[in-house]
Amino acid sequence: MKKLVIALGLIGVSAAAFAQKSSTDSIAEYRQMLQDGNPAELFEAKGEDLWKQKRGPKKASLEKCDLGKGAGVVKGAWVELPRYFSDTGRVQDLESRLVTCMQELQGFNGDEIAKTLFGRDEQSNVTALATWIAGESKGMKFNLSQSHVEERKMYEVGQRLFFMRGGSHDFACATCHSQDDKRIRLQDLPNLTKNPGAGNGFGAWPAYRVSNGQMWGAQLRLNDCYRQQRFPYPLFGSDATIALGVYMGVNGKGGEATAPAIKR
Amino acid sequence: MNRTYTLGLSVVAAALLAACSTPMPTSAELDKLTQDIIGRSFRAQGQAKLDRLNPDEDNRLCAEADRTGVPLDAKVTEAIEARNMKTIKAPADGKYLGDFKEGEKIAQSGAGKTWTDAEGSINGGNCYNCHQISKEELSYGTLGPSLYNYGKLRGVANPNSAESKPIVEYTWGKIQNARAYNACSNMPRFAHKGILTEAQIKHVMALLLDPASPVNK
Repeated sequence: MKKLVIALGLIGVSAAAFAQKSSTDSIAEYRQMLQDGNPAELFEAKGEDLWKQKRGPKKASLEKCDLGKGAGVVKGAWVELPRYFSDTGRVQDLESRLVTCMQELQGFNGDEIAKTLFGRDEQSNVTALATWIAGESKGMKFNLSQSHVEERKMYEVGQRLFFMRGGSHDFACATCHSQDDKRIRLQDLPNLTKNPGAGNGFGAWPAYRVSNGQMWGAQLRLNDCYRQQRFPYPLFGSDATIALGVYMGVNGKGGEATAPAIKR
Repeated sequence: MNRTYTLGLSVVAAALLAACSTPMPTSAELDKLTQDIIGRSFRAQGQAKLDRLNPDEDNRLCAEADRTGVPLDAKVTEAIEARNMKTIKAPADGKYLGDFKEGEKIAQSGAGKTWTDAEGSINGGNCYNCHQISKEELSYGTLGPSLYNYGKLRGVANPNSAESKPIVEYTWGKIQNARAYNACSNMPRFAHKGILTEAQIKHVMALLLDPASPVNK
């Protein structure tokens, strides 16, 4: 912890110096300084605990949750998500799948969780669970399935959403994320239409955000992109957010999973 | 037990068969599916109402070209530019330039129009997010071209002179509605979409064109 405080102090001191470099270099430096001290670890520990704890109206753990590789298999699950699940008849990402398991196994009300604000109550638990589960695939390569027709349809929809211009400013995801080596202010923008950008960008969330001290899952990351695009509010676990996950994840095939990452 | 097992297997087999034999929908059907998904995936929040998802023909055409990599037909491009050109209005009092110091503030601000911005609050121009503008501001984006020395490079010694008129009017139009000049520009249509007021656009004009502005130093 002391190391972390010192590291954060250093970030403040050298902020001006950072302005002279690319933000990727600066963030690589953050990571170096925060080595062994990424606060995401606290969320990973909480997530692992939540997975094993008997909770909810049914007083059950999530250890029988099927994340796509069979009941209870966590390692390697995240690099294959979103995928089609025959029990729900839907393509689901990690967070929406967790809500399904919390409902089916533990008896929570999934709709209520989906409506809960990010960072509150069971939503903060979903984030912690996602952080731990993603971390269990750290270093593995993305390998999303496109074998089911629903998965292929979601890729196509995701691509259409990615390029859709709308809102008051006519922004699309593609406005900022379809070219190489561009930035907003000093923030480097990953090109999410192909690797390495797609794997790097998609593969980093959940991530701990230094700027606001919050742990953000992929759903919140997308939600805030849409906020800045001046679109209306995307519903948690909605098909639009999942289709975008499929689009980015498939584009990132072969890219390395780095979540939980540490971000600006 | 045995029967249930067999039944289970045949359900799995049927599902597999269905999955493999279901053909991919056509591109038009996928467009329709996308619209259906958009329709059920968003809700209004604050000032970001659902009408922001309404189809806009200019945006639909440009998005399709971006997605497929097939450029728009020249006639379509001309039509988009022509209808956006019609939205451009000269300043009511004939004055194109305001105060460059105010312009700098507007260029710096990325506020406005999100669901977390109060409705009716003052919007910024987001200019530095994408453009280099003054030399002093190092934190600028690169999605748009550098605007440093914008007026100077274009020989604007006196923005009120007759020889500066074409570039002054072009710049005014470009900020009001960039897609009058470039059908699928990524730049927001600041006047057409009610992002910046006429007075704010005058200040941004001064930032770019006033010889006294730091941009032209």
